[in-house]
Amino acid sequence: MNELEGLCLKSVCIAKDNTTLIDIDVHIKPGEITSIMGPSGSGKSTLLSFIIGTLAPDFDSRGSIVLDGVDVTNLAAERRRIGILFQDDLLFPHLSVGDNLAFGLSAAVRGPERTARVQDALSEIGLTDFATRDPDTLSGGQKARVALMRMLLSEPKALLLDEPFSRLDTDLRAQIRSLVFEHAKARGLPVLMVTHDDQDANAAGGQVIRL
Amino acid sequence: MSDRTMSKRLAWLPLLTLLAMLGPVLAGVLGTLAPAFGYLPAVGQTDWTLDPFRKLSDWPGVFSASRLSLTTGLAATAVSLGIVVLITAGWTGTRAFARIERLLSPLLSVPHAAAAFGIAFLIAPSGWIARAFSPWFTGWDRPPDLLIVQDTWGLTLTAGLIAKEVPFLMLMTLATLGQAQNSQSRMVAQSLGYGRVSGWIKTVFPRVYAQIRLPVYVVLAYSMSVVDVAVILGPNTPPTLSVQIVRWMSDPDLMMRLQAAAAALLQLALVVAALVLWRTLEILVSGIGLFLIRRGNRGVLETILRISGMVAALVTSLSIILGLASLLIWSFAGLWSFPDAIPDSLTMRSWMRHGDSIIGSFGQTMAIASIATLIALVLTIGSLEAEHRYGISLNARSTFLLYLPLMIPQTAFLPGLQTLMLGVGAKVGIVPVIAAHVVFVLPYVFLSLGAPFRAWDTRYASIAGALGSSADRVLWRVRLPMLLRPVLIATAIGFAVSVGQYLPTLLIGGGRVQTLTTEAVALASGGDRRAIGVYGLGQTLAALLPFAIATLLPAMIWQNRRGLRHE
Repeated sequence: MNELEGLCLKSVCIAKDNTTLIDIDVHIKPGEITSIMGPSGSGKSTLLSFIIGTLAPDFDSRGSIVLDGVDVTNLAAERRRIGILFQDDLLFPHLSVGDNLAFGLSAAVRGPERTARVQDALSEIGLTDFATRDPDTLSGGQKARVALMRMLLSEPKALLLDEPFSRLDTDLRAQIRSLVFEHAKARGLPVLMVTHDDQDANAAGGQVIRL
Repeated sequence: MSDRTMSKRLAWLPLLTLLAMLGPVLAGVLGTLAPAFGYLPAVGQTDWTLDPFRKLSDWPGVFSASRLSLTTGLAATAVSLGIVVLITAGWTGTRAFARIERLLSPLLSVPHAAAAFGIAFLIAPSGWIARAFSPWFTGWDRPPDLLIVQDTWGLTLTAGLIAKEVPFLMLMTLATLGQAQNSQSRMVAQSLGYGRVSGWIKTVFPRVYAQIRLPVYVVLAYSMSVVDVAVILGPNTPPTLSVQIVRWMSDPDLMMRLQAAAAALLQLALVVAALVLWRTLEILVSGIGLFLIRRGNRGVLETILRISGMVAALVTSLSIILGLASLLIWSFAGLWSFPDAIPDSLTMRSWMRHGDSIIGSFGQTMAIASIATLIALVLTIGSLEAEHRYGISLNARSTFLLYLPLMIPQTAFLPGLQTLMLGVGAKVGIVPVIAAHVVFVLPYVFLSLGAPFRAWDTRYASIAGALGSSADRVLWRVRLPMLLRPVLIATAIGFAVSVGQYLPTLLIGGGRVQTLTTEAVALASGGDRRAIGVYGLGQTLAALLPFAIATLLPAMIWQNRRGLRHE
């Protein structure tokens, strides 16, 4: 396996008002899940904003983000190809379930193929007839699955998880967690997960960084 | 060049927004200063002198006009605030309060002039109230010879202002209740044995007032210097200072503009003095309040205060609603003699007679309102989006700047602006009128849209960005569709503000731009009640229609989207 493959955070340092919040150096290989654990306010979410490119301008940041050998640190958020899942599903409430999935799909995919790809994605998560449904009428587990597929359809090269399972009930939690992990491993995505749940970190089975 | 430092296309919009709002105000105030001190080349006056002020002080009405400005302004503000405090303190969380809440937006959008005409139609000696009680109770078989409307003390003027300012302050108060932990604090106070009214005033009101202070100042400045309501309900000889300024500005003798400019500065000084006085009273009242809170009284006259709050709120809302009803009846009235409560017959004659001209003014009104609102929306959304993208903000401290154009009396800068335009040879007409409307439409649109725009969960933007959407696509495809309802409400507010503008249209349009409002107010002196009914209603419809659309459209578009239905 190539040294350059995967997600590399090189001497990343984020500060606000001269206080350092984050100082990290990590390499996540394809298919590997690295967990970051730490109390709230330790800057975990700030690190994720930095990686996806939405860090507020009042933070100072140094270091670089290298994805499969390409430095993406100065790219706009939409060109980094880094997917993210939050603890809320954040399905767009004005779009149907199918349109939410299509939102993730590249514009290069056109016509009947677009519909087919959306339909395939729905079948894959057991929601075959759900294309025209209002996302707000779905159950928590169904929403989480749609959010995952929407992200995967955008064909990201890395995946970030921001406490993605903390809003789910205990039984649903394990189920969705293994679904997300399976899909990420099957696609060979490097995954960075922020969590405060030891079970999440154990299930991930990768490196654990404590802040 | 990297993407992150990519051109900040929207970065200049917050600045342009401030310029569009404050530029005309500053230019107008400066344009007032020169003629007030005798400098007006357009009429051959180039010597700096205090003559305009001398002439102003020679005008016999100067003292009573100034006094009227102060008394009506202070009284209208204090009473409006008092009613809002009583009704909120006594009734939040009840079903009656929820009902009043629902009435507010439509009441707020009724133009000032239409509301004032309606009130005049109710309380005039030949008005609906006198008719309802005659002759069986009063014994009158013709209208009594009483000066109710346009009374010398400005009491009717004050009442008319209160009826319109209560909905405004009420809406502003409602917006702050969540932050002020309204229901929790009230419950804590009540469980400690405090009465509803007393508990609310002692625990929630201080936090609410800190948030509505600027809107209260707007009400004070506005009430002191309003022109259209004062022309309709205010005294005539002498009129209020602001009405007199407009009379001098409309005088064919251009020399009168010097005097008008001096009076405009006097009006500005009066408003500043009143604001300083109000601020002093605030400090005094908060000191007394703290003293009373420390004494620990659990409240007196609770029931009476609650009832009087409800009665006052009902009287103010009914005065507008019944007033509009009487405009409606007059516009269709055939013969309607005193003391009949309803006309002998209904006819379309008044509508037919004014049909053509009202359609013309309606078109003009809508054209001005649409363009002014569109400009305000673009500047507002652009500024808010720039704030979101680059972290530059028109934030907290700048809220004051949003209120500033509303706190400077219109009569203090619009005359100067007109004189300035005259001086540089600019043509009066619809374009400068639209620019003048933007000065007033923009702050309201910004204040209305700012909170929901900033409260939008930006993680949606992160998600959409991570899915490969550019910032522009996020704005058009995600943020604005999700914010459709608040955007439409801001649009409706912009429309209502523009439709209601009287002075900017009259002065900046040089009398040549005719909107429903200028036409309606021009009818005030004639006393043709049928014509006033027609124009007053037309004006109200023009302001209410966008509100109806703003309420219905999102419900229709999002009928299958539960997540957007209850915002």
